[in-house]
Amino acid sequence: MERISNSKNNSDKEDQKASSTVDRRSFLMSAGIAASVGAAMVACSKDHEPGPDPVGTVDLGSGDVGVLNYAYALEQLEAAFYIQVIDTPYDGMSAAEKTILTDIRDHEIIHRDFFKAALTAAAPTAIIPSLEVNFSGINFKSRDIVLGAAKLFEDTGVAAYNGAGKLIKTADYLVLAGKIVSVEARHASVIGDLLKPNTENFAGGDVVDNNGLDKAIDPATILAAVKPYLKTNVTGANVGK
Amino acid sequence: MDIFKIIDELQKIDGDAVGRLEHASRRHFMNRVGSKIASVAAPMAFATIVNKAYAQSAAAVDVLKFALTLEYLEAAFYKIAVDSPSLIPAQYKSSIALIGKHEAQHVAYLEAAVGKMDLKFDWTYGGKLTDTHTNFKTFITVACALEDTGVRAYKGQAGALMKDPTILQVALQVHSVEARHAAQVRRIFAIENNSAVTKGWITGNQSPIALVQAVYNGEDNLTQGGVNLKGLAGKSDAAISEAFDETLSKEQVLAIAGPFIG
Repeated sequence: MERISNSKNNSDKEDQKASSTVDRRSFLMSAGIAASVGAAMVACSKDHEPGPDPVGTVDLGSGDVGVLNYAYALEQLEAAFYIQVIDTPYDGMSAAEKTILTDIRDHEIIHRDFFKAALTAAAPTAIIPSLEVNFSGINFKSRDIVLGAAKLFEDTGVAAYNGAGKLIKTADYLVLAGKIVSVEARHASVIGDLLKPNTENFAGGDVVDNNGLDKAIDPATILAAVKPYLKTNVTGANVGK
Repeated sequence: MDIFKIIDELQKIDGDAVGRLEHASRRHFMNRVGSKIASVAAPMAFATIVNKAYAQSAAAVDVLKFALTLEYLEAAFYKIAVDSPSLIPAQYKSSIALIGKHEAQHVAYLEAAVGKMDLKFDWTYGGKLTDTHTNFKTFITVACALEDTGVRAYKGQAGALMKDPTILQVALQVHSVEARHAAQVRRIFAIENNSAVTKGWITGNQSPIALVQAVYNGEDNLTQGGVNLKGLAGKSDAAISEAFDETLSKEQVLAIAGPFIG
């Protein structure tokens, strides 16, 4: 278990590099939603950097900002997971697998830092802090366990974005969620195929129904599903409302 | 939005669209929504939702017609392949068959909502391909192009479905399945072509072959939400481009897919 932003491994470096080059103001201008941001969270100071808050309960807030925080929370979880996967590779990780998992780690870090920058620009008082993760139940030395957890995270991410789409009120955000969810689905497919190569596991009956539809799951159910992997208690009763 | 103009255009495509949609909602829905066979009931329930949407947002029906066109193309493309005994190497049969099954399911689902269309396909892509269903390398290349186009096409229509949340969600549920397919066929392409640069995700605007470059144009975009992400988290342009898939407009998609639709 470790704090995402305070760990002594790569994640520390990754966070320091986060979003420094991003022009936050332009996101604010383009998004055009600054005025609609609700103060759902306890106010933070303008220059507050997420991270050092004590572990406790974090509420994602309401409306579109709640959805963005929800996505940011899930991307934090995924990024922290893959950082750990690459820092402590499972026994027998092939070069090809390491390349794939490193790519995925980088995508998730990019997603995480993108949401951090976007929320910092659009809702500086409502952005959630860095979350503390709990991977104590995952044996990072076991290929089957790590890839199984990766599949769970990716499939959960896909279902979460699919379920959140209809909660989004700003068209630009809906498109952004769409741009990310298909990459998560590509991850889910590749991880599924690593687990059971050349089978139906890249889009199997565990996730795709008899109409050829992927899962779409509401935030409350998703937050309950990821609860074991977060030390921080995350609530989201008003996401999208 | 001129709702009457769109209905009029829809009637030109499908003369009985309005009557059939009403029929679907009043009769089939009442008869079947209580069915325990979810795979039958769900498309009819969806058909009813679409019918409701018809009055509220004709644009949604337009999007679904467009989606059905692409699903017909994909379903027919895989059906021929699966029915060709010597095309697909044994190790890939399971993957390709599953993708074909999903596309046929998408067709059935959308047909239940917006009715059938009668399309013919030209697998030579206007004379540019000679062995689409006889050479596996050509087949898997076209599969990459179709799946990656499908992902971009659905994504590009999401905004038009915002007034119809249930339809939007179904479109998203199809969209992510297309992305799963895309990753799998891209990885098969990579194995068959010994291509280390082709991954499950799209790097820059890299296309498997020049003929389908239009499918990938714009995928090298680094600006998201109005922000140039270059250098974000110290990551490469390649990684940043991979982390976000891009949209295509309906017109762009039809320009790409048009030569297949004869």
